[in-house]
Amino acid sequence: QVEQVKLLDRFSTSNKSVTGTLYLTATHLLFIDSSQRETWILHHHIAAVEKLPLTTSGCPLVIQCKNFRIVHFVVPRERDCHDIYNSLLQLSRTAKYEELYAFSYNPKQNESEQVKGWQLIDLAEEYKRMGVPNAYWQLSDANRDYKICETYPRELYVPRTASKPIIVGSSKFRSKGRFPVLSYYHKNKEAAICRCSQPLSGFSARCLEDEHMLQAISKANPSTRYMYVMDTRPKLNAMANRAAGKGYENEDNYSNIRFQFVGIENIHVMRSSLQKLLEVSGTRGLSVNDFLSGLENSGWLRHVKAVMDAAVFLVKAIAVESASVLVHCSDGWDRTSQVCSLGALLLDSYYRTIRGFMVLIEKDWISFGHKFSDRCCQLDGDPKEISPVFTQFLECVWNLTEQFPQAFEYNEAFLLQIHEHVHSCQFGNFLGNCQKEREELKVKEKTYSLWPFLLAEQKKYENPLYNPDFLPELSLLEPNTVSFNFKFWRNMYHQFDRSMHPRQSVLNLIMNLSEQNKQLEEDIKELEAKIRQRNGQSDGVLVKEHQQSAHPAPVALKTPPCFKKEQPLIPGNDAVRTIEGSNTADNRYSELVSEFSKAEPAVVSLEYGVARMTC
Amino acid sequence: MEFAELIKTPRADNVVLHRPFHAAVEGTLCLTGHHLIFSSRSRDNAEELWLLHSNIDSSEKRFVGSLGTIVIKCKDLRIIQLDIPGMEECLNIASSIEVLSTLDSVTLMYPFFYRPMFELVEDGWRSFLPDKEFELLSSVTDEWRLSCINRDFSVCPSYPPVVIVPKCINDEELRKVALFRHGSRFPVLSYYHRKNGMIMMRSSQPLTGTNGRRCKEDEKLINATLRPGKRGYIIDTRSLNVAQQARAKGGGFEQEVHYPQWRRIHKGIERFNILQESLIKLVEACNDQSHNMDRWLSKLEASNWLTHVKEILTTACLAAQCIDREGASVLVHGTEGTDSTLQVTSLAQIILDPRCRTIRGFESLVVREWLQAGHPFQQRCAQSAYSNSKQKWEAPVFLLFLDCVWQILRQFPCSFEFNEQFLIMLFEHAYASQFGTFLGNNENERAKLKLPQKTMSLWSWVNRTEELSRFQNPIYEANSLVIWPAVAPQSLQLWAGVFLRWNRPSKYLDEAQEEMVRIINHNKELQAKVKVLRRHLAELEADERMREN
Repeated sequence: QVEQVKLLDRFSTSNKSVTGTLYLTATHLLFIDSSQRETWILHHHIAAVEKLPLTTSGCPLVIQCKNFRIVHFVVPRERDCHDIYNSLLQLSRTAKYEELYAFSYNPKQNESEQVKGWQLIDLAEEYKRMGVPNAYWQLSDANRDYKICETYPRELYVPRTASKPIIVGSSKFRSKGRFPVLSYYHKNKEAAICRCSQPLSGFSARCLEDEHMLQAISKANPSTRYMYVMDTRPKLNAMANRAAGKGYENEDNYSNIRFQFVGIENIHVMRSSLQKLLEVSGTRGLSVNDFLSGLENSGWLRHVKAVMDAAVFLVKAIAVESASVLVHCSDGWDRTSQVCSLGALLLDSYYRTIRGFMVLIEKDWISFGHKFSDRCCQLDGDPKEISPVFTQFLECVWNLTEQFPQAFEYNEAFLLQIHEHVHSCQFGNFLGNCQKEREELKVKEKTYSLWPFLLAEQKKYENPLYNPDFLPELSLLEPNTVSFNFKFWRNMYHQFDRSMHPRQSVLNLIMNLSEQNKQLEEDIKELEAKIRQRNGQSDGVLVKEHQQSAHPAPVALKTPPCFKKEQPLIPGNDAVRTIEGSNTADNRYSELVSEFSKAEPAVVSLEYGVARMTC
Repeated sequence: MEFAELIKTPRADNVVLHRPFHAAVEGTLCLTGHHLIFSSRSRDNAEELWLLHSNIDSSEKRFVGSLGTIVIKCKDLRIIQLDIPGMEECLNIASSIEVLSTLDSVTLMYPFFYRPMFELVEDGWRSFLPDKEFELLSSVTDEWRLSCINRDFSVCPSYPPVVIVPKCINDEELRKVALFRHGSRFPVLSYYHRKNGMIMMRSSQPLTGTNGRRCKEDEKLINATLRPGKRGYIIDTRSLNVAQQARAKGGGFEQEVHYPQWRRIHKGIERFNILQESLIKLVEACNDQSHNMDRWLSKLEASNWLTHVKEILTTACLAAQCIDREGASVLVHGTEGTDSTLQVTSLAQIILDPRCRTIRGFESLVVREWLQAGHPFQQRCAQSAYSNSKQKWEAPVFLLFLDCVWQILRQFPCSFEFNEQFLIMLFEHAYASQFGTFLGNNENERAKLKLPQKTMSLWSWVNRTEELSRFQNPIYEANSLVIWPAVAPQSLQLWAGVFLRWNRPSKYLDEAQEEMVRIINHNKELQAKVKVLRRHLAELEADERMREN
């Protein structure tokens, strides 16, 4: 516990700050300011801690979080600052999975609730919903003991004609043994999205089993003879891989395939792109042009668009040509997950429901071994493995919700909350890099699943404009991918910078209203029933008058609960709206004045995170 | 002149109309003196397109064999294409359009010919008279008076006949001040902040010149607005550099020595062709669907449009801040005081005054701070983004103001009585309209053209219940507070409703909007129903109790 710590406003040009007390707990860092406002930061959320050079007012400490919160403390005594710094470094860098928050988090659920929570999302059920197994596709037991591919789930769906030797042979020809398997099956078109990793083709190698495998996928689609093979990498990268004995499919060796590169960059490019984006958006006193050119230079929106374009290409192949598509990148767990899941989301309205989205993430990301632990840096590890691949996927989904405001059951808050928990390590779902690892960690026994907790507060995540009949089931969402449709996701990257957001939220207002509407409808039913009852009574009054008078009490007693329920509804309309605009205290305009009122001498100004004395 | 002489081919059949995101339609094209009318005869959806010639910003023709094609680019940024069979017909139509869309005589404009099809409830020309405004003001302060010094527009040609000035300044002194200000635009009251009695004035630049001329009456006038011991702020909408250069041409700015109680702040807001070019670049970028992400972002940046929006909003916030937070009086001016000055004073009022966020209040603001204040609409809005003429006086000053209002509206979606459509409607009518409201460059010209007698006012039409319902914001709830918008680049957005309006399908967004309105209306209905039922129940209970007693 350290007192008299200052929390600086990140975007203030005049070093506005609030003073309060900083506490470190086993799991959180807590700051309580003088007006008792609390800021909780989970240790696992801390991406970086930086101690800046000493200033006259104290020792500055900057904490960057994985959910894009950046806090800037000034600790009066350097020793304290140093202690906090060291503790945070230790606390935020976990060496073993067992030390993660999920293993100590106790939400007061009993064992059966915990088990039920884990059973909430059942992928076998999901494949059944898609329509497999069927005449063409079957469940394979080849990977039951993770013998063929450690990073795949135990249960895999493959074409019926793909025999075990073909599977085994194909897996040996694929990077990390990730052979082609079913990701999504489109019932109406009888076409499939399959996924795998790159072939170990080098410059000339070929593998008959792998060629058979692709042919089997092709033949499992009775309506179209050919299939697409989408390499989601830029052609240059794929070619470079050939030198290392990897590469891409040679069209001459595979019959009836149409090969296509779609050019999504690799995890390293994405990491540095986001880094650049955050540097720009974190600049104080940013001009419009610096922002736009920074946005351009970061390439972030270009990458988001590339992912979306790839998904659109995939979806067209299936919806227009009824052709099956095999998607891969290098290892088939980053770009492949993005494109497969986004494609399925465009094809199938189920994934646009709250539960469906959970299923989608469980299927294409968790079960197929997207390396959440490495990408989100759950354990202290190789910083080169960190990459915002999943964040990018969420951003694509957000862009779709902007274009199709009625097509999604969930709202932006849902996406943000999932993003929060992918990094929080509070629930077991995202721990580790693959299913096998999660089984070894016994996450289902020792930790809790996120999904039941999200469902319990489902109301917060519902899109009030959602129209389930927006498009008939299994009909296509066709996003417009012209560049101007992609916007900077302020609510993600400036989630905690309140001064940047609109002060009144239409979404919240409509959410509350539609919630209120449900309540009002019930009240109307209740009132009508009472009136009916009373009318019935008053008809009967003449006959049963003396019976009535024997029980006058219940009538009087019955009404209050009804009124009680409705009372808050009338002022409810005011409560719905919170207007924050009038308060300049949390606004930057107070600084406009200080810009022209002469600066006080000997003030220490912190610019770009480096302390500089200005006297 | 007869319009018939200009129209050699008044009608052409089998014309095909192409619009983005619509299937091509075949139909008949008719030309009248003021309209281009296209009507399709297809069985299932007969539709008509009426386009004012004055809405046409530019047109191009080209031929493939005998099939002619005319591409028409409108001031509201829409682009349509007409395929006309027959070379002669096409040439005739193209040349008629060319001439009819560039008539330079105001009195030939459509407002002088337009006969309303609706019943006139209220004459919009008389809806916002200065006397009424002054009545409101005099109920809270007696420090101001209405001066008729400009009754015959002889003192200042771009000012209205009556202006509000400090009581302690007589007309003789005003005349002297007028001589000291560019275009005779002496400081007048723009806004009175009821909360603390602070005021905002606007004027043009003082004519100090290189030798630092001064004018005692000017100093007296603006000092008269200061509270004892208080300082005021002069917001100069030009950068210090530009203001200094203006001295060489006889202009200048208030020197500290002569205005010791005033603090001057310079904020560079761009003007004239810089803005026009910015608009042209922005629209060019928005219209090209083939741009990859990098190109789009760099084009958006190069247009500088959002930079202008940020500059204007920031300056308006600064003015509002001086008044509301600092409790100081403010004088705003640039060079002429007819462009950036008005952007700042009107936006500051939207931030400060809840009345300006109502439909009536906003109309009144447009009338006071733009029309009566002498923003030269006819010059500024002569051409829009597809202009080839590149005249110095063309500039989207008013559109920028509307864009800024939209930015605030987006940040405070419940605090405005009007919706985005209302702003878009004003943008359209400022550039091409059947109403006379935006004709002329100032009240002087409007009086000479006898617009109130000869044309219909936009407000007469808008303020009818039938029209108003389209412009009302369903989630409006009066907010009496000052609303401070965020101006960080991350908080500003491209105004898609104007700039992407014709470039993307809006079906899903429109439907979502409808659904939102449905939820709101449903809520109102349910609330009402609950109230009725509850009353009914209470009555029944009362009856029962009486019976029991």
